[in-house]
Formats: sequence, C-alpha cells, structure tokens
Amino acid sequence: MTFEYAPAPESTSVVKLKSEYGLFINGKFLPAKGGKSFATINPATEEVLAKVALGSDADVDKAVVAARSAYNKVWSKMPAAERGKYLFRIARILQERAREFAVLETMDNGKPIRETRDVDIPLAAAHFFYHAGWADKLEHAGVGSSPKPHGVVGQIIPWNFPLLMLSWKIAPALATGNTVVLKPAETTPLTALLFAEVCQQAELPAGVVNIVTGDGTTGAEIVNHPGIDKIAFTGSTAVGKGIARAIAGTKKSATLELGGKGANIVFEHAPIDETVEGIITGIFFNQGHVCCAGSRLLVQENIHDEVMAKLKNRIEKIRVGNPLDKNTDLGAINSAAQLAKIIELADSGDAEGADRWSPNCDLSSKGFWYPPTIFTGVTQAHRIAREEIFGPVLSVLTFRTPQEAIEKANNTPFGLSAGIWTDKGSRILWTAKHLKAGVIWANTFNKFDPASPFGGYKESGWGREGGRHGLAAYLKGGK
Amino acid sequence: MHVIDGTSNSIKSFLKTLSPVDQVGAEARAAMLGTRSIKTSSKTWAIDMAISMIDLTTLEGADTPGKVRAICNKAVRPDPTDSTVPHVGAICVYNDMVKIAREQLDAVGGGDIPVAAVSTAFPSGRASLEVKKVDTEFAIANGATEIDMVIDRGAFLSGDLVKVFSEIEFIKSLCGDKAHLKVILETGELVTLDNVRKASYLAMAAGADFIKTSTGKVAPAATAPVVLVMLEAVRDWYSMTGVKIGVKPAGGIRNTKDAIKQLVLVNETAGPEWLNPQLFRIGASALLNDLLMQRMKLRDGHYASPNYVTLD
Repeated sequence: MTFEYAPAPESTSVVKLKSEYGLFINGKFLPAKGGKSFATINPATEEVLAKVALGSDADVDKAVVAARSAYNKVWSKMPAAERGKYLFRIARILQERAREFAVLETMDNGKPIRETRDVDIPLAAAHFFYHAGWADKLEHAGVGSSPKPHGVVGQIIPWNFPLLMLSWKIAPALATGNTVVLKPAETTPLTALLFAEVCQQAELPAGVVNIVTGDGTTGAEIVNHPGIDKIAFTGSTAVGKGIARAIAGTKKSATLELGGKGANIVFEHAPIDETVEGIITGIFFNQGHVCCAGSRLLVQENIHDEVMAKLKNRIEKIRVGNPLDKNTDLGAINSAAQLAKIIELADSGDAEGADRWSPNCDLSSKGFWYPPTIFTGVTQAHRIAREEIFGPVLSVLTFRTPQEAIEKANNTPFGLSAGIWTDKGSRILWTAKHLKAGVIWANTFNKFDPASPFGGYKESGWGREGGRHGLAAYLKGGK
Repeated sequence: MHVIDGTSNSIKSFLKTLSPVDQVGAEARAAMLGTRSIKTSSKTWAIDMAISMIDLTTLEGADTPGKVRAICNKAVRPDPTDSTVPHVGAICVYNDMVKIAREQLDAVGGGDIPVAAVSTAFPSGRASLEVKKVDTEFAIANGATEIDMVIDRGAFLSGDLVKVFSEIEFIKSLCGDKAHLKVILETGELVTLDNVRKASYLAMAAGADFIKTSTGKVAPAATAPVVLVMLEAVRDWYSMTGVKIGVKPAGGIRNTKDAIKQLVLVNETAGPEWLNPQLFRIGASALLNDLLMQRMKLRDGHYASPNYVTLD
C-alpha cells in the first residue's frame, strides 16, 4: 500500500452566496439599469455560483458621479490620518474574514485553496496595511512636498488574482486620496463584491469605492467616461493598447500592467533542487495564469538533461484536482475561453516541432483543466517561445554563454519579469544589470511584497504598482 | 559502487561536483510540504507506518536493565490492549545495554526486532579509533545488528574529510554482513545545508546503509529542511548508483503531526519506495505514545486519558 492522501476539502460553509448580486454604487447594492445580468461559474465544476449585474453606460455614469461627489465632499477634505484609519480597518477585516475570502476566491477562480489561503488573501491584506501607513506621509514619498490626488480613478482588473489585484489598485488609490470606480473581471466578480461588503462593514464613506461588474463593454465605458481622471488597468497587452489609444489626447493618465513572457535563466552553478522548485513556482503557480510567470525556461545547455530529469520527476508529484482540497497544487483553468487559448498555443508547439511532455494525471470531465506541460527543444522562432500562453505550459530553451542568455531573454516584445538561478553572486548582479525586465528575481520566483514596485518594460506596461513608485502613479506631481 | 577511492583529492573533487543548496529555497519547500493535510484513512495508514519505523530509544546515563527491558516490551506490544498495532522498527541503546535488550526482545516475542547500538564514542565521537573499534565490536558481539555511529564533526569542519571517510569505511568493515551501519551526521553541528549534503554523500560513499540526522543530544536536530536535503541525497544516490540508502531523522520529533510531516517529506522527495522501515526510521522516545493516543482517537472517535497509554 502507498501513501494516498485522503480528500481534505476546505468547507464552503463559511461562504454565504447570494443568488444575485447588484452593482455597488454610492455605498449600496443596486440592480443594473435595464436589469441585465450574467452568470459566474465555478470553473472546476461548471456550476453556476451566482447571477451578477451587467453594468451599462448609465451605471458607470452613476458610479462616476458618486465617486466625484464622495471625492469633493468627503474624501479630499478628510485629514490624511483619518483616511489611513479606514485602510487599516479594511486590512483588519480582510484578515478576520480571510477564510471566507479564500474559499470564495477558490470557488470563483479555480485556483487551489492553498494559494488563496497562503498567498492571495494575506497579500491583499498586506497591501492595505502597507498603504494605510502611507496615507499621512505622502509628502515624504518623493513626489514633491505637496502631492495631490488625481480625483476619480477608473480601475479594471483581471481574473487571475481577483482580490489581490483589487487591493493593488484600491489600496494605493485610497491612501493617496482618490476615489474609485472598479470593474472586476467578468469571470471572477465575487470577491470584489464581498469586498464591497467589507467597505460597508468598515463604514467607508459612500461613493469612495464603487464596484461595477460587467464585461468588456462595461470596462470600455469606464475608460471613455469623461469624469474619470486616471485609468489603472491590469490585463492583456491587446486591451492595454486599446486603452492607450482611447485616452490619447485626453487629460487622463494611465498605468498599464500587461502581459509577459518571463525568462527564467538557469546557470550551471545553480542550486539545482531549489531551482527545480523555482521553475515549478514560476510556471505552475496559479495554473500559470500569471503575467510575470517564468514561462520561458532558459537553461545552460551543459546541465539541460540533469535539470529536465529532475524537473520531470518533480512535476510527477504535482497534485492536480479539486481546488478546494488543501493538498491540491494545480487547480482549474479559469474559463473555457482561456482553456481554448492554451490548447491552441500548446498545439502550435506540437505543430512547430517542439517535444511535449506531461505526467499522467486524471483530469475531471467537468470543468476546465489542463495538465502541467513542458515543451523541450523550443527555439526563439516557436510561437510558444514568443506568445503569452497564460497557462501551465513551460517552453524550455537552452543557451551556451551568459551573453547568449541575455540576448535570448531580452529578445521579446515583453519585459515584465525574469529569474536568475546561480550560486554566484557576481553572476546575479551582472545578469540583472543586463536584463530588460521590470521585476527580476534571483534564486526565487513569483515573490511579491507591497513595498516592492511591480511593472514592466516595453509591451508589458506603463508605470509601477506597489512601493513608493506605485504611490507616485496616483499622485499629481508624480509620474 | 566505488565513487571515491578514499584519497583526499578524490573526495574533494567528488564533493565539488555536488550542486549547492539554496537555504531559503530548501526551507520554503520543506515548509510547503508541512502544509499537507493528512486526514482520515491516510492518517490511519501514516500512524501505523510511523509506529513501525520508530527506533525506540533510550540513551541516558540513568539507563538501567529494568528501563531497557521495559522499552523492549513496549517495542513488541506498543498498545497492550490492541494487537493490531505494529511493533516498532528497532530498539536503540548504548552498547552495554545491547545484550539485555536482545535477550528481553527474544524472550517476549520480539525476535525479529533488531537492536541498534550507538557507537564510536557516541555522542561526541571524540575518542581514538581503537576505542571506536572496541565500542563497535563489543556491540556486535552482544547482538547488535544495527550500528549507529557518529562522524567526527571536528574533522569534517576542519577539512579533514579523509579522516571522516576512512573512519566510516573502517566501522563499515567491522559491521560486515553482521550489522547495518547508520551514520549520524549531527547536522546541528554541521549547521549549513551545504554541509549536510556533503556529509550525506561522504557517508554514502564510505558505505553507510543509513544516514541519520542527529544524536538527539544537540539542538536543532531533525529539522524538515535537513531531512529534505538528506532525502534528496539518497534519491540522487540511487539514480547514480542503483543503491537505496535509508534515512533516519532523530531528535525533536515528538508528536504525530511531526511524524506525519516526515512521511510526507519522504513520499514527495525520495518517493513512496522509501516508505518502509527498511529505508526510513524515526529515532524517538516520546513520539510512540502520541502516535498511540492519536490511533485510539481515530479508532474510538474521542481522545482517551493519557493513562490509557503506558509509560515505560
């Protein structure tokens, strides 16, 4: 007999789902004008979790008006230390309700409970704590002696880290004195709506945070609304380019956090076992639905076979399945559309002659699933080396010299993240200096901290989020 | 297979081929595996497996024949009210208690439970080779079929790897086919994970059948990152040589949760082939009673009074 882990599902009893959710505008939940709604499903089971209001142009307008009024009458007049208190209060409530948020996030997104419990929700709370401390110290943030907020900020967030991306957006916006109209992603609106309840619980003044659920048309209404002073967007490069075009020539400023094709560079002196863990974290964390994923593995050719043998051995131990099970490592793909995109790109890897490998794993017939997959024999000319797959698919390339590693790593339209694996400190410094990427990890990967600015070069985006640099994006006089 | 011929150059050049260990990464992996949730049927299985892997140990200056006989009885029938509880993996004592332990085990139906003797001037190892030789031979002559030797940490830390290697090789030659050799690295004194990895390979190359973390006299002892690195070493040694070496964490594993975490480490690092008493042991004294309490809880649905497990 072998050591089989019995199912250890986290209870969903802590989550009280409503059958229908309205828009959160001016401190209240309201139905969408015209009464349109859409369903959000659990991607692991395809069961409908709730109906959610589809925000129209009139709803966005109502939300912007509420945000403007809250800005003019309350939020901009409030002493900064008082603003900070609201953020501290929200942070504490997020911690108190962490389990509820973690379970709901896992149900709506498909990511494993281990990640929502240990990463998403604690980091979301940490972002509020970090920015709460800044609220009354902005004159020391390095953006001038009297920095001013923009006013009303429109924020559009993706489905890969729903609550965490919400906190990346809302925490700095509120700390700097802006009010917010935020649209969560179409497939993952539920934790944003639960966050709206947290705003009520914290007695945040009405209209300071407004949450308008909907689809791409709702997002476009926010981008184009003349009452919005600044746009903050995280999502695909294609949509990001559209936003840049839409706001060109207007007074609106923007931060864009877009796609990536991160190079994870493994030198011959790397600590191999921990490097293998880092490769796993780089590409299989959150099913690879990570803009800064280490999706291109660049491994020095003289250790390629050893690294691949250990990597395959390790991938065979990845536990794919029920995201609510506490022992699950790899959960469900977030949507049918994303699954189709992953399949299409991975199939191009086969067609273009790369070698596919996946472990044996039983995938449920219900829900959206993709096995952990690596392609070896990938070259720069393959689509899977150039395009963002946003799934659990790793492209493995080799290099011979450090110079070649840099050339290949930088040979991409993106420039969001990179990883360096070596025991040589001097090699880390040299490599990091030459990489064109916004975030570079050394001997680790996918580590986040509210104090550390995050953002990309080139087509990976504009501006930074987190840290002092992230504050600057929400302040006039900053950048 | 001879990986090293015992000369200083060959040892050094071999150890240089080992990949370094990144401490932060190893700690993170061990911590992550510590979050595995082992419940219901898998917990039942793990508890019995852990019991069968225990080297039930008494290594005190105050050890007496009475004390040793008592733990031998416990080893054979850990729970006198439940005959489905497996017996432990071995009894581990100082060499003057080997004979008493062997006779007692044989007398109470524990003939298949081996007696392990700590040896080579345990726990410090600070004695001449002659003393270590007599120490080991005496234990084997009295019926020990497992020898838990300590490495010379002073020699290791001073760079005299030949001394460490040749001592292990020598003790192994004394064991021959009469006794299994467990080599105690005393990782709490080696401190870094790089040293743990080097010492593991040194021991395996010199003929260890088992590599063991600690004497139990030095803290920290069997921490999860240390055990992880040692399990990686035996896994990679197997793919290099085709020989499976056992691992024995000892010291600091006091409750069921800790023991199950060890089994998870084994399962997901060396692999399920290592999950048996031939390749994995847990050196402990207090652990057994906690395992028995948890076993009763799973069986009866509630915790029993501590008086339902025996104190030996």
